[in-house]
Amino acid sequence: MLNHTSLTTLLLGRLTWDALPLHEPIILYTFVGVAAGGIAIFGAITYHRLWGILWRDWITSIDHKRIGIMYIILGLIMLLRGFSDALMMRAQQAVAFGDSAGFLPPHHYDQVFTAHGVIMIFFVAMPLVTGLMNFVVPLQIGARDVAFPFLNNFSFWMTACGAVLVMMSLFVGEFARTGWLALPPLSGIKFSPDVGVDYYIWSLQIAGVGTLLSGINLIATIVKMRAPGMTLMKMPIFTWTALCTNVLIVAAFPVLTAVLALLSLDRYVGTNFFTNELGGNAMMYVNLIWIWGHPEVYILILPAFGVFSEIVSTFCGKRLFGYASMVYATVVITILSYLVWLHHFFTMGSGASVNSFFGITTMIISIPTGAKIFNWLFTMYRGRIRFELPMLWTMGFMFTFTIGGMTGVLLAVPPADFALHNSLFLVAHFHNVIIGGVLFGMLAGINYWFPKAFGFKLDAFWGKCSFWLWLSGFWFAFMPLYVLGLMGVTRRLSHFDDPSLQIWFEIAAFGAALIFLGILCFIIQLVVSFLHREELRDVTGDPWDGRTLEWSTASPPPVYNFAFTPIVHDNDTWADMKKNHYARPQAGFIPIHLPKNTAAGFVIATLSAICGFAVIWHMWLPAAAAFAAMLVAVIVHTFNYDRDTHLSADEVRKIEGSRTALLAGHV
Amino acid sequence: MLTMKRLLSRAGVLLAVSLVSGCDLVVLHPFGAIATQQGHLIMISTFLMLLIVVPVLGLTFFFAWRYRASNHEATYTPEWDHSTALELVIWTAPLFIVIALGAVTWINTHTLDPYRALRRTDPTHMVPAGSHPLVVDVVALDWKWLFIYPEQGIATVNELAAPVDMPIEFKITSSSVMNSFFIPALAGQIYAMPGMQTELHAVINHTGQYDGFSANYSGAGFSGMHFKFHGMSRTDFDQWVERARSGADALNRDAYLRLVQPSERDAVRRYSTVAPGLYDAILNQCVAAPC
Repeated sequence: MLNHTSLTTLLLGRLTWDALPLHEPIILYTFVGVAAGGIAIFGAITYHRLWGILWRDWITSIDHKRIGIMYIILGLIMLLRGFSDALMMRAQQAVAFGDSAGFLPPHHYDQVFTAHGVIMIFFVAMPLVTGLMNFVVPLQIGARDVAFPFLNNFSFWMTACGAVLVMMSLFVGEFARTGWLALPPLSGIKFSPDVGVDYYIWSLQIAGVGTLLSGINLIATIVKMRAPGMTLMKMPIFTWTALCTNVLIVAAFPVLTAVLALLSLDRYVGTNFFTNELGGNAMMYVNLIWIWGHPEVYILILPAFGVFSEIVSTFCGKRLFGYASMVYATVVITILSYLVWLHHFFTMGSGASVNSFFGITTMIISIPTGAKIFNWLFTMYRGRIRFELPMLWTMGFMFTFTIGGMTGVLLAVPPADFALHNSLFLVAHFHNVIIGGVLFGMLAGINYWFPKAFGFKLDAFWGKCSFWLWLSGFWFAFMPLYVLGLMGVTRRLSHFDDPSLQIWFEIAAFGAALIFLGILCFIIQLVVSFLHREELRDVTGDPWDGRTLEWSTASPPPVYNFAFTPIVHDNDTWADMKKNHYARPQAGFIPIHLPKNTAAGFVIATLSAICGFAVIWHMWLPAAAAFAAMLVAVIVHTFNYDRDTHLSADEVRKIEGSRTALLAGHV
Repeated sequence: MLTMKRLLSRAGVLLAVSLVSGCDLVVLHPFGAIATQQGHLIMISTFLMLLIVVPVLGLTFFFAWRYRASNHEATYTPEWDHSTALELVIWTAPLFIVIALGAVTWINTHTLDPYRALRRTDPTHMVPAGSHPLVVDVVALDWKWLFIYPEQGIATVNELAAPVDMPIEFKITSSSVMNSFFIPALAGQIYAMPGMQTELHAVINHTGQYDGFSANYSGAGFSGMHFKFHGMSRTDFDQWVERARSGADALNRDAYLRLVQPSERDAVRRYSTVAPGLYDAILNQCVAAPC
């Protein structure tokens, strides 16, 4: 007994033509640009007949190296989106003074800063970190792949589908106008009745599944799949930080999932967990989201610390100083990161003793972090430091991050926080640690492991341009924000009355422009390096005189990583092997068991994105259909018994033989 | 070339110094006793941390230069990776700083607790025993501020005044979403939350006009959600109250329900009377229906 209207509602929910932003010129032009770019890429792939390769070698691949690379590509693409948001904000704040309202009305500006935060944390920093761990960890521990290769592919596509949903909100409907944590009551149905917060919830829920599963996967990999001889205290530091990060992921992300589920219950079925009425308590949301949120920042920074440890040791040509204390520092940070969440809202009005407790636990984290800085410092001491690109990024990190850490401890003093909370000082602080720590770490890591992934180094000239522009751009963009914070200027404002502030925002905008050039140079660096790949070729597999196992295999590594599982005697395994004149085995190869590609991950993730989109728009019929299809796809996949393949001894001999020839030709 | 570089860097430093000295760092140089102590605390904490940060940055520079690969005169010890004495220093040096900072934190978090009634109005003046602070009920609305003076029986929108050197006791809540009540010249901020009450005790020591605003994003009208806070002499304040009392507008429940409708950049408004129990009704979210 469905009449026409109710069927339309079931099919299309609240999706109407009004959802397309035809009246917003900025978004319209962006859409035209993105569509043109998309068509061009589609055409190029079709013209060069690359769809097959793309499908077989990448989309359905369950090789941890390719998945790692795809994660990093996703992170870099989303960086462009997140940074465009940043440029718009800096431009708006530089011009919106007095009578000028700027070019972004609050309705748009508020979406921009929300999207910027969400994208940079969830879809830039997380994919870069996960990608690097995916690529490096199995190689560092001498494994053939991660513990659950299919799950790895599925995790990636869930993350990518979350990113796709965020991107769709740009062109269909709108994104949340709540700030990146979507705090209720503002994010509740009463004050945010439109689809923005629903886009937020479902993109994070879908991506969150991917993050959680990838966390489980990497823990299992590190715990169970280390090469013989690699005891925990012989693991490379990057693997240690990856282990701690994934423990944090597995313990923290379910909290995010739960709190977002409660918020969606409030929004979809009218419960009152976080509403103002009927006993709801928004403060519970604030507590829960920061119980996830604070470990999250350590999830991001710990792998960056690991990257720097590897790089400092390699480019100083020296064993890492204080390996054991580095490990203990990492573990202590992991544990303490759960005891500090309240420092994000001292101003909520907890008692002085509660505030002091969380302030002091926060300060205590600076002790192991400080120890790490000292360890890198004393690794440099009596080293032979080669200032190649990864080391430059590391030096930039050490100067920048130390300042960011200091302002962080300052914000941990509750009475100081009362004056600086939510100010631009706070904004400057967390960009100081996230750009100066996480992002510099990821760029250092990309420059460091790029030759391992692709077989040629990245161009040094454009890399240096990128580095210096990023570094100076960072200081120009955020030092004015520290000053503005001390002038009592709060964040998320789209308009100012006091004209004396303008100069500082103009300096900050200049800094953002420098960072823009830095990103441009990075893209040029990738293109130039690709064009000059023959000159930059790494035939040895060990371009930096590395110290850990990933440098013992070819660049790029064969699909099986290691023809024979290495045996570990020292925590700088490869340096130890080189010192003892290790000889590559030339014979005695045996068939290698490998997992087979599958489209299941891509299909299930795509269906879940469709389901998410339908739920966002209240399209109940398509949502139910997509959900049912997803269940069917999962069940079908469980009946797929054709999951593995063997690389014959002959093929292994051929691959290893060609490397032997390459190495001989090089010498 | 070198002198050119030096000149440029000196000009840069001069520019930075003149910019910073030219601007008004109100957080470090405020006009109320509480904010002043918070500003001092920021300076003291920063100094304590610089004790370790400056040597670290200096050593980083020095080691990077000294042990550059091209410097073959520097000692090279590729196998050296442990020193118990050094490890001890590495862990204890930050530990001592944190112990000092932790003690400072514990004491000041308690003495500057916004819920604690003031003992002094400035470092030399005790609050006389038995004296009563000025009470102001603060309500964050979409997107303006309502200030109710229960003892004076008046209310204002987007304008706050208080006599200098008199302790003020703010009781703070919100009508709809979360905001943060912040007057940097007076004292640190505290959240304004619907259905909940926070408190802030503060005092202003100098007459003048200061900026107040919401420091927590609250929706479309957030950027315009600011007001002026006037520190006044006692007589000026009394006159200001009288002026408000002589107006015609009354803040009864109906007037409040009209006021609570979202609006942006509202002009200053004064109410000569306030319905009894209005603030408690707002706090308990029951202005429209009796609690």
